[in-house]
Amino acid sequence: MNEQEQKAFEDEIYAFVGKVVYPTTPAPDDINETMIRQWSEILGETNPAYLDADWAANSSRGHTISPPAMMYVWGQEGFQVTKGRAPNAMSTLVETFNRHGFTGVLGTNVKQDYMKESCIGDNISVHMVIDNISERKTTARGTGYFFETLSTFTDQHDDVVGTQRFKVLKFIPQEQPAAASDTDALAVPTRIPSPRGHDNKWWWDACDEGKVLIQRCKSCHTLRHPPRPMCGECQSMEWDSIESTLDGEVMSYTCLRHPVIPGYPKDPICAVIKLAEGTHFVANLVGCEYEDLRIGMKVKGKVEQVDEKTMLPQFYPV
Amino acid sequence: MSEYKTLTAADVSVGDKLQSTDIDISTGLVVCGALATRDFEPVHHSKAEAQAVGLPDVFMNILTSQGLMTRFATDWSGPEATVNSIDLKLGAPNIPGMVMAMTGEVTAVNGDTVDINILGENNIWGMHMQGTVQLTLPKEL
Repeated sequence: MNEQEQKAFEDEIYAFVGKVVYPTTPAPDDINETMIRQWSEILGETNPAYLDADWAANSSRGHTISPPAMMYVWGQEGFQVTKGRAPNAMSTLVETFNRHGFTGVLGTNVKQDYMKESCIGDNISVHMVIDNISERKTTARGTGYFFETLSTFTDQHDDVVGTQRFKVLKFIPQEQPAAASDTDALAVPTRIPSPRGHDNKWWWDACDEGKVLIQRCKSCHTLRHPPRPMCGECQSMEWDSIESTLDGEVMSYTCLRHPVIPGYPKDPICAVIKLAEGTHFVANLVGCEYEDLRIGMKVKGKVEQVDEKTMLPQFYPV
Repeated sequence: MSEYKTLTAADVSVGDKLQSTDIDISTGLVVCGALATRDFEPVHHSKAEAQAVGLPDVFMNILTSQGLMTRFATDWSGPEATVNSIDLKLGAPNIPGMVMAMTGEVTAVNGDTVDINILGENNIWGMHMQGTVQLTLPKEL
């Protein structure tokens, strides 16, 4: 889309701001015990303020209330949506986006504010407008626009019981890898495979066999880790290796709380360990709580299978 | 008055952690949660429709996520608390077979009003939802 086309397209979409998606529409059902009880049962909700009339009669409210999170439920269109929704300002806006290649859709934020508690017998009406559309944005998902709807909920007394802002990103999707696989199993992510290059493959191959090796200069016998081609002391490129006993002590440690990385344990403890042989080694500390760690603590390593494909040295407190 | 205790502002400090809980995302929870919230969008009950939009299976609808988040907050506070708002950022879908860990922490206490930051994280794709529930706690009796 060139600059002129983009301008024309934006004029077209921004004209939707302020358009009504749903005029004030009363819910087909008044707030009722049956729907609240069923909702609660499924969501595991046990709050007596929603469910126990006897308890509620003696509570500060004097009666049960409708779960606030059900505010939007009462006005939902029914089963006919499986056959498609009647066109409205939002579906026309969405189609306009789709026609210009912004076919991706992603709900990003939803905010509900509650002004008044509702109770059994109340009837909730919803009124929805397209409140705003952002300028063109570049996101991790692709280039697109955010649009936000504002719904206002009123009861039979015309009191506003709450509002909802719902933000949606419409974007040009990047090339999808492959469509969903036809296997039923969810692919459980595993750790990133160790990079095995010319200079370190031998080390990981030994690890696969349960051994941690330390590279040794053949000329001056200085040990070094991680593996590299040349001795830092005498510049010799001749080397062999010894096997570590995996006795060590903690030099430094941290807990990686964010981000959570799929395939890895949550809140892993990462430590720099000084091995008895003298070289330093970065590994996970396991079998202990972060709070119990201290610098200088003695640890012992074990090469263990940590997922389907990975053998890795991990250290335990002695 | 009852066996249900409700916290008051005096019981609560910034930094208080809510009791974490794990929620099994079953097909039942996804499909029945969608129906209990009258969300009949086919992607929440038809696997074929969900796969047509690129996901491996049906996925949880937003109204169920909102319900689980407010439940998590009021399970902690007790039933006399009033929910003022729920402000929710949506992340990766919840798909049957996943387990969502819910954690929460009090981030602000202003008079009787408390902000709780809540995170729902599934074991396969990570953050499903993150947001703030604001409650008003009852006055000390």
